Amino acid sequence: MLILECPYCGVHAEETELHGGGEAHLKRFGPGSSDDDFHDYLFMRENPRGVHLERWRHVNGCGKWFHAARCTQTLEVFATYSAQTTEPPQEVKDKISAKRPGWSWREFKG
Amino acid sequence: MSNAVSVLNGASFSGLVKVADSGLGGMITLRGDHASATLQAVVKSVTGAEVPAIRKITFGAAGAVAWMTPDELLLLVDYAEVDAVVAKLSEALAGEHHLAVNVSDARACFSVEGEAASEVIAKVAPVDLAPGKFVAGDFRRTRFSQIAAAFWLDEAGVYHVVCFRSVGEYMFNLLKTAAHPQSKVGVYA
Ligand SMILES: [Zn+2]
Repeated sequence: MLILECPYCGVHAEETELHGGGEAHLKRFGPGSSDDDFHDYLFMRENPRGVHLERWRHVNGCGKWFHAARCTQTLEVFATYSAQTTEPPQEVKDKISAKRPGWSWREFKG
Repeated sequence: MSNAVSVLNGASFSGLVKVADSGLGGMITLRGDHASATLQAVVKSVTGAEVPAIRKITFGAAGAVAWMTPDELLLLVDYAEVDAVVAKLSEALAGEHHLAVNVSDARACFSVEGEAASEVIAKVAPVDLAPGKFVAGDFRRTRFSQIAAAFWLDEAGVYHVVCFRSVGEYMFNLLKTAAHPQSKVGVYA
């Protein structure tokens, strides 16, 4: 079972209190962008075995969106962090690096 | 004027615990800055209670205040006083970014009372209710089986459960089932 600590209300919420919101830190390509960029924004998602950055919502709880860094292979959670960021904070990257040296995910790495 | 009644009009059930519709209660959603001195003062003046710490509920002479999110409180006041309280909140907070709205008729409230109350709630909500883990004055938003809910524990050891009125009957039936006389687990005994 996946348990994530909501960074807004501090609850250690098990998965049934949460709703997955897909990949984290997507950059939107809207009107005026190239067809390729728009296509990739709409359809191309990371599907790693290992370190993954995701959006989650504490839907049966405080209702807030937040981010989680976890391992898809072991369900180990490295950190949860604020939704008000476009990239993982350094302390989150450090926590991932401590457990998965040499990790990378899209443009981010340890 | 219509005759306002709560979702199950005071229905109750006795099994492992007593489950009862709490009747009409005034509820106000108040969004704003918890740290604002103006907000703290007006909340205190209308309820007698302090702005609660994270995941807590505080009580005063005229009501209670529950922590909903980092920017939202739930005020519990007398049903007949709600509109007057909302008016006071709106007036006091006019200069600040805020929202105060009467949600009394959108909600249902139940009490769960008895020695097995923690067990009954733990059967349907993913919350650790082992002795000492959830104490008087704690407030938790979660789900009760398939519906969103919130609950708190008062000084008398009674749990109070809040949900949307539209699912009030589901909640009552759920709690009745969890409190069926022959369904004792004894996990916290
Ligand atoms: Zn939360």
